[in-house]
Amino acid sequence: MSEIPILSILIFIPVVGIFFMLLIRNNDDQSSQNLKHTALWIAFLNFIISLSLLFSFDLNNPDFQFVEKYAWIESGISYHLGIDGVSILFVILTTMLVPICILASYESIKFSVKEYLISFLALETFMIGVFCSLDLVLFYLFFEGGLIPMFLIIGIWGGERRVYSTFKFFLYTLAGSVFMLLAIIYIFISTGTTDVETLLVYNFTTNEQLILWIAFFTSFMVKIPMWPFHTWLPDAHVEAPTAGSVILAGVLLKMAGYGFIRFSIGFFPDASEFFAPFIFSLSVIAIIVTSLIALVQEDMKKLIAYSSVAHMGFVTLGIFTFTVQGIEGGIIQMISHGIVSAALFLCVGVVYDRLHTREIARYGGLVSKMPFYSFSFMIFILASLGLPGTSGFVGEFLVLLSIFSVNTYFAIFATTGVVLAATYSLWLYRRIIFGALIKDDLSEMFDLTRREIIIFLPLIILTIFIGLYPKPIINIIEPSTEKIVNQIKMKLD
Amino acid sequence: MLSLVYILPEIFLFIVATVLLVTGLFLKNIKLINLLTICSLLVTVILILNQPFQSAFLNSFVVDEFSLVLKVMILIGSIASLIMFVSSKDDLNINIYEFPILIIFSTIGMMVMVSANDLLAMFIGLELQSLSLYVLAALNRNSLLSSEAGIKYFILGALSSGLLLFGISYIYGFSGNTNFNLIAVNINPESLGLIIGIVFVLAGLAFKVSAVPFHMWTPDVYQGAPTPITGFFALAPKIAAMGLLVRFLFNSFGEIYIDWQQIIFFISIASMMLAAFAAIAQTNLKRLMAYSSIGHIGYALIGVACFTDEGLRSLLIYLMIYLIMNIAVFAFLLSLKRNDGYFENISDLSGMHKNHPLRTMLIALIMFSLAGIPPLAGFFGKFYIFVAAIKSEMLFLAIIGVVASVISAFYYLRIVKIMYFDEPKEEFDGSSIKSLNLLYYPSSILIIIFFIYPSPVINISEYAIQSII
Repeated sequence: MSEIPILSILIFIPVVGIFFMLLIRNNDDQSSQNLKHTALWIAFLNFIISLSLLFSFDLNNPDFQFVEKYAWIESGISYHLGIDGVSILFVILTTMLVPICILASYESIKFSVKEYLISFLALETFMIGVFCSLDLVLFYLFFEGGLIPMFLIIGIWGGERRVYSTFKFFLYTLAGSVFMLLAIIYIFISTGTTDVETLLVYNFTTNEQLILWIAFFTSFMVKIPMWPFHTWLPDAHVEAPTAGSVILAGVLLKMAGYGFIRFSIGFFPDASEFFAPFIFSLSVIAIIVTSLIALVQEDMKKLIAYSSVAHMGFVTLGIFTFTVQGIEGGIIQMISHGIVSAALFLCVGVVYDRLHTREIARYGGLVSKMPFYSFSFMIFILASLGLPGTSGFVGEFLVLLSIFSVNTYFAIFATTGVVLAATYSLWLYRRIIFGALIKDDLSEMFDLTRREIIIFLPLIILTIFIGLYPKPIINIIEPSTEKIVNQIKMKLD
Repeated sequence: MLSLVYILPEIFLFIVATVLLVTGLFLKNIKLINLLTICSLLVTVILILNQPFQSAFLNSFVVDEFSLVLKVMILIGSIASLIMFVSSKDDLNINIYEFPILIIFSTIGMMVMVSANDLLAMFIGLELQSLSLYVLAALNRNSLLSSEAGIKYFILGALSSGLLLFGISYIYGFSGNTNFNLIAVNINPESLGLIIGIVFVLAGLAFKVSAVPFHMWTPDVYQGAPTPITGFFALAPKIAAMGLLVRFLFNSFGEIYIDWQQIIFFISIASMMLAAFAAIAQTNLKRLMAYSSIGHIGYALIGVACFTDEGLRSLLIYLMIYLIMNIAVFAFLLSLKRNDGYFENISDLSGMHKNHPLRTMLIALIMFSLAGIPPLAGFFGKFYIFVAAIKSEMLFLAIIGVVASVISAFYYLRIVKIMYFDEPKEEFDGSSIKSLNLLYYPSSILIIIFFIYPSPVINISEYAIQSII
């Protein structure tokens, strides 16, 4: 194992970047261009470094790797980092999406560029930190800290109702999370440590588990989000700038899914088993209800936001089956959704930059003016509805497989969600891309610029690659997932 | 005679104050007097750090680790408000040389308060502090608000002193002693008179720390008093009164803690909740900060209510972080100046990030810190408070605490919202705030980087509490 503290480097490179950007004082076009380039290079550098994780990652080792541990607040609460097969992909997803987001904001962010980029880099620090931290207090720090830059991103550069949305986003998530804080403190007091590795082998009593599970659940449920606490998400998505939506759908929602895997089922297996039917019900309701809601949306971003809730329903379904397949499916579904929904929001952003509206009815027949755009949009729409050969299929398939082995009824209901997803996605596509180009203002539309192609290309390649050949991804995830499942089984017995 | 060594810092400050009072009559240079005051306060810090730990005057005045730490914090607060004074004295119409001297007298009173181990010493310190503060609140004679604040503070303060004195007489009557330690030795847990005494003394002290239901004066006085003085109110007296409260309750009534615990329990909950809701409707920044400080005192009182060393430690951590955050906030308030006029309304902040990006970014972070959002310092303050509360099985307090912190996040966010999301107004002056930067930048940076290395604050608090428990 390497001696370089690579995870700390990943976490703190954006902070160093922020420091450099604070030094650029001027406020003219030239310097804001420089700022964008600086931020982009920092984010890209971080991406390259995170790729090196992939090469030095030991596939056969199910334990935490690249571990760093330093004394921090006091005994029991330490600065402890490490990643395993579950978290490594999220780290890479984050570092990949951030440069894409910055690139996507090159044209659309017109004012306060410096603050915008600083917020984004700060957000990157927090997001990577969430997936790397192996200490609950550290995790909470990063988990909540991300609210600050996101609050500003939605609030300053968002749409018309941005203030309402960003307050709703912030207060909802904060209210959900404070109970997790109390639970973390309780864990700290009763076990004397918040170290995740220690706690994973610690046995809580059943009563403790039930209470603590609920406390963690309130936080993750709001964040992931689960029906009926999903209402902040469509608002936040609609009002956020394109890049904000991308990062929100791409990474922030995954933090909660990751939390479910790592903490909820890892620490509290009895409680998780007890609550599993409850989670299944909520997930299935979420899948069906939000898919139906998505059908009637007039706003593109809102439609995709509701589809996100439905997709996250599959994730929770998979995780709480406690099977290797289910959890793997959940993770792959999250990775895939991270790529696909991010790409879909970028697709919306492309036409929004040109026409400044997200209303579906204002579009139609774009295929004749924007062939490349239509092609990329199609791939992502197909991936979103889970067509075989795209990344969306792998995750959904594994999840459905696992849920069938646990409970047939839930499986049947969940499968209807797949059909509904196909309905709203294809219908959205038809209304925007096909039909005759009759609306006047659409004749001015131009196809993807070079910058936009650079943004979409890696996402398209990944979507198809994971869809056709998911083996490498599964190889990374499998050992750690097996370990988690074995641990749960051991604790349950 | 030997005992005088133990009050050397107080004596030193007293001499400085008297000398400056006389020289000030002839020397019209207020800046110089202010500078001398700041220097003498710094010298006092050195004197305090080198003092031997001992009790003096028949054990009615104690110098120990606890008083040392609190005194240094109080002096930091005083120095900060003197720096604020320099930057704003001309514009606020408080250009009089008595200001630094009154601050010194008040500081002496507070130093006596945190060292007091006797009901009478406690009362003397409290009164010296309060009387100076009454004058300070009304310092701007030409302003109706300021005079009103002074009168209001004086009347209510006198009433609370009366309650306090009444309580003291009860305690003396039913225990036969005024010394905290002797009271503890001779305590009769059955005695109802003692309980009545405690209730009255607590009412008086709750007034000084502005805890609900004795908080009514706070918003008016905060708003009416000139801003550097409001800053002083928010910084030093709260810390001193808190220290006094701790010593009074822990040293003399530790044995019957069940009785006073529920009182603290109630005023803590009431302060947190009332402040969280009442602050939402405020339009004036200083009033808002008044409610914010009421809320923060509510959190700090959780630490007292626990009656454990964990609780006391968390209280001190909280007070230290509170001190740093408030220095930053009030330095910020004083920098809101445009064409020689000061702005106090929240709406005046509208869109100020366009013209002052760095300053706004820092104050936004301070607001998040006040709201207790990680990874900023305010979060750690709350974190330790909740650790202490849960450890002493006061889960209810902790739950109320987090709920209140979510509610209060709303009004802190509203300030961020107005600064960032609303339409910009005219630029604020940036030239005259050089000395404020001295307060503003260090304190904000401390808040931001606190999470990297929190041990010093924790170690200091642990050092301080060893003499209490």
